[in-house]
Amino acid sequence: MSEGALARPGTAPAAAGDDLLTRWRRRYLRSEGIRGWCLSAPALFVVIAALAVPIGLLVLFSFWTQDYVHIDTSLTLHNYQLIARRTVYLEVFLRSVAISGLVTLMTVTLAYPLAYYVAFDVTRKKMVWLILITLPFWTSYLLRVFAWKIILGYGGVVNSGLQWLGLIEEPLSFLLYNPFAVILTLAHAWAAFAILPIYVSLEKIDRSLLEAATDLGDGPIERFWRVTFPLSMPGVIAAAIVIFIPTVGDYVTPALVGGPSGLMIANLIQTQFSKANDWPLGAALSIASMVTVTLIACLFVWFSKKATARIA
Amino acid sequence: MSTIARQGRGFRAGYAFLYLAFLYIPVLFLPLFSFNSGIYVAFPIQGWTLKWYGTLLVNDRLHEALGNSLEVAVAAALISTTLAIFAAKAFTRYRYRGQRLSLGVVMLPMVMPDIIVGVSLLILLNQVGIGLGLHSVIIGHTMICLPFAVAVLMSRMEGFDRNLEEASLDLGEGPVATFFRVTLPLILPGVVASLLLTFTISFDEFIIAFFLSATDTTLPVFIWSQLRFPQRLPTVLALGACILVFSACLVVFSEWFRRRGQVSAGPGVWS
Amino acid sequence: MSDPARFIDIQKVTKRFGSVTAVDAVDLQIARGEFFSLLGASGCGKTTLLRMLAGFESPTEGEILIDGQPMAAVAAHRRPTNMVFQSYAIFPHLNVGQNIAYGLRKERLPKLELKKRVDEALEMIKLSGYASRRADQLSGGQRQRVALARALIRRPKVLLLDEPLGALDKKLREEMQLELRQLQESLGITFVFVTHDQEEALTMSDRIAVMSAGNVLQVDDPHSLYERPSCAQVAAFIGSMNFLKGKVRGRENGHAVVEAEGLGTIRAEAVAGEFGEGAPILLAIRPEKLAITDSAERAPLDNYVGAIEGKIAAASYLGDRSHYYVTLPGVQRPLAVAAQNVDRETEGWLQSGAPVWLSWQPKGPILLPAE
Ligand SMILES: Nc1ncnc2c1ncn2[C@@H]1O[C@H](COP(=O)(O)OP(=O)(O)OP(=O)(O)O)[C@@H](O)[C@H]1O
Ligand SMILES: [Mg+2]
Repeated sequence: MSEGALARPGTAPAAAGDDLLTRWRRRYLRSEGIRGWCLSAPALFVVIAALAVPIGLLVLFSFWTQDYVHIDTSLTLHNYQLIARRTVYLEVFLRSVAISGLVTLMTVTLAYPLAYYVAFDVTRKKMVWLILITLPFWTSYLLRVFAWKIILGYGGVVNSGLQWLGLIEEPLSFLLYNPFAVILTLAHAWAAFAILPIYVSLEKIDRSLLEAATDLGDGPIERFWRVTFPLSMPGVIAAAIVIFIPTVGDYVTPALVGGPSGLMIANLIQTQFSKANDWPLGAALSIASMVTVTLIACLFVWFSKKATARIA
Repeated sequence: MSTIARQGRGFRAGYAFLYLAFLYIPVLFLPLFSFNSGIYVAFPIQGWTLKWYGTLLVNDRLHEALGNSLEVAVAAALISTTLAIFAAKAFTRYRYRGQRLSLGVVMLPMVMPDIIVGVSLLILLNQVGIGLGLHSVIIGHTMICLPFAVAVLMSRMEGFDRNLEEASLDLGEGPVATFFRVTLPLILPGVVASLLLTFTISFDEFIIAFFLSATDTTLPVFIWSQLRFPQRLPTVLALGACILVFSACLVVFSEWFRRRGQVSAGPGVWS
Repeated sequence: MSDPARFIDIQKVTKRFGSVTAVDAVDLQIARGEFFSLLGASGCGKTTLLRMLAGFESPTEGEILIDGQPMAAVAAHRRPTNMVFQSYAIFPHLNVGQNIAYGLRKERLPKLELKKRVDEALEMIKLSGYASRRADQLSGGQRQRVALARALIRRPKVLLLDEPLGALDKKLREEMQLELRQLQESLGITFVFVTHDQEEALTMSDRIAVMSAGNVLQVDDPHSLYERPSCAQVAAFIGSMNFLKGKVRGRENGHAVVEAEGLGTIRAEAVAGEFGEGAPILLAIRPEKLAITDSAERAPLDNYVGAIEGKIAAASYLGDRSHYYVTLPGVQRPLAVAAQNVDRETEGWLQSGAPVWLSWQPKGPILLPAE
């Protein structure tokens, strides 16, 4: 075999001495860690600089106090004591959690049959269904929420429609500006976030598992509770978390359709940063709500994992 | 198939159509009333008109807000998707200590209520002395878009054989050329999906922009400011209808692109 | 110019993934132009060793030299090796021609020259006219050929093949074995071929390294590997082998005299090392080196020695030959015996439970170290 036919043009490596460059190259080639950290560094930097640092600062701020424009930087628990003492705050906290909890429950329960239908019953036009489900969510969130205000309002679509049809004399005033309007609106606005994770987890289920369950004597209902549902649990949990966390902190919906009785934490926080101009108190409210939400979410995940383990 | 199974199927189909109605009907009131000549959003429809669409064309503040929103959304989409391509590669292609932690950190904004992102950034920018404006909105949006972009791209990268990248290295292409000749073409549908998704998230985001945009209002902040005035509602409805149509086109385009990506015939070798 | 016998020089290479040692202090030298196989059971570290040659993994310890050059600081894309992946890794976004031409970009060939090279490569793999086929329109065998052409068009010094025939059906695999071997001989490129199929390794290779749990047990040509295994593990992995426990009793003109269970005192050849008197050993004998008869008068057959009575425990008929399992008094495991079915009347000849007599070729039994 002649040397010429084997030689590859232009790729002969330079004779490697043990100089610094070689050693460094050797380390880079050897270490997936160095490459991994290098590649993920920019993304990590963004999240740390624009989220972790600000939240650290938020924590610090929550221990300060503000007197009109002057900020007193001595550390104190004053803001937290204030939150604990004033029942309004506690009430709003509880209400926010209750509203989000109900919204989560409602969206997940309502979404499950639809996700099931698309995953198991629809055979050919799956993509069409998925597009139909997601399409409304590509439009402005603000407008989707606002749509409910014009639907439920005193002079809105429902009232004027019913009056026009002669079904009612006076407009119904209980439709808008209450916690139920908030729940309905949020359940509508966040529907896709429940459908998609549940659909994905149902779609992933190996169909032969279902056949096996039938083969082992389960009827359709038993089979659902003993096989399908436990296997779709990751999707249900994901859906619940993805809905619960952002809705607790939602500002737009309570502000547009909640009225005074439907106010939530975000509205309270926003007030501190604008009208009331008490940033440290706003910071303390933010931290308190963040901690509450995180605790609830963790507890929920823990419990549902336990429950799934129990069923399976 | 048993009768029970067939009945269950029928119920679910009926339910699915009701659910779709619940999803669509409230949203469709926006375009419906945008053609109503009366100012009030109420039945009966007073008459049909296109004049509210005419007002869209002459509203300077709206145009400015739209421009700002486009600027922010394009920037946030490009930056977050670019960062996410590298991060997704690190998270799917290597195994190293601290990887899971890094992934957790990058995914953090997904489980953080936006209002907290908004106020904490507000405090930081204030303390550091960086003024508010579109740049601060871009920072906030890039960050909240990042986890979505990373999730989309990671699933795309996990979807193809890592031997393909190794084959390219093996055939003499360096890491950079391998990225452009193999990785990028294969994740391209994911990149497009990520760009569309992050663009939409940013374009639609209200509360962070509300805190950080100062006088450079974005489109949602502009819409918010209009909602208080009943006489400006029809214009907002017309705007909403336009956004609806535009979004629908975007989704259909992205779906078309995804389909095309799946059956890429590609040009002949010598073309 | 490096030593042609040490064209690829793997020096004490160890690779650990966390606590798993995938390759354990392996020392191997592969000669220029050799068809070299790495053979071993699943998970023994073959792929890992190959990937270290290609540069996708770097050794935790030790050094790899190719053509005299240390490879540690040479990235995968600068190495004089090319690889045929187990999954073939055909780029799905490129057609066949683009796949084959992929590695030629840096050579900046004029278009016509490039087309000529690709056409030649297609002709070599008998896929002329397939240049504009999409990758997903190819069959398994065609994909394998494209992967081969794509690697060979770069004229590598070393071609690495990771179980390239594993995904093919038996007939196609046998065809490709022949073609690969012919190709390697005509090109003279060094092939490092990974397989867990011992027959494949035996038919194709100049030399074979048998691996187990990250270690190389033996490196030899196919014939020596089969006839002179260095340890019981290699003997058992390549073909099948009967083992009998025994002790060395002495020496007699170049052969060891051994007392083995069931067979009594016999002569055997020590192929791996020397054993002192009294040393515990394993006596190993391959099934086809045993002969079986159903009458004491006929045993031993011509050219065979010994006549041990046993009983058939099980028999299986394989057409060209039959396999018998024979229990000997005082031996726990039955011995496997392979007999050619030369006589058409063999059916029903030896049933389970029938008494038989075993004899063996004088050079058949070998000595291996006891475990
Ligand atoms: N990237 C990795 N991380 C952790 N362990 C690994 C990795 N790659 C291989 N291993 C481990 O190293 C050992 C050897 O693996 P290797 O792939 O080299 O085996 P193999 O001989 O090629 O097996 P097969 O015939 O199944 O392909 C196995 O135990 C495997 O689990
Ligand atoms: Mg392998």
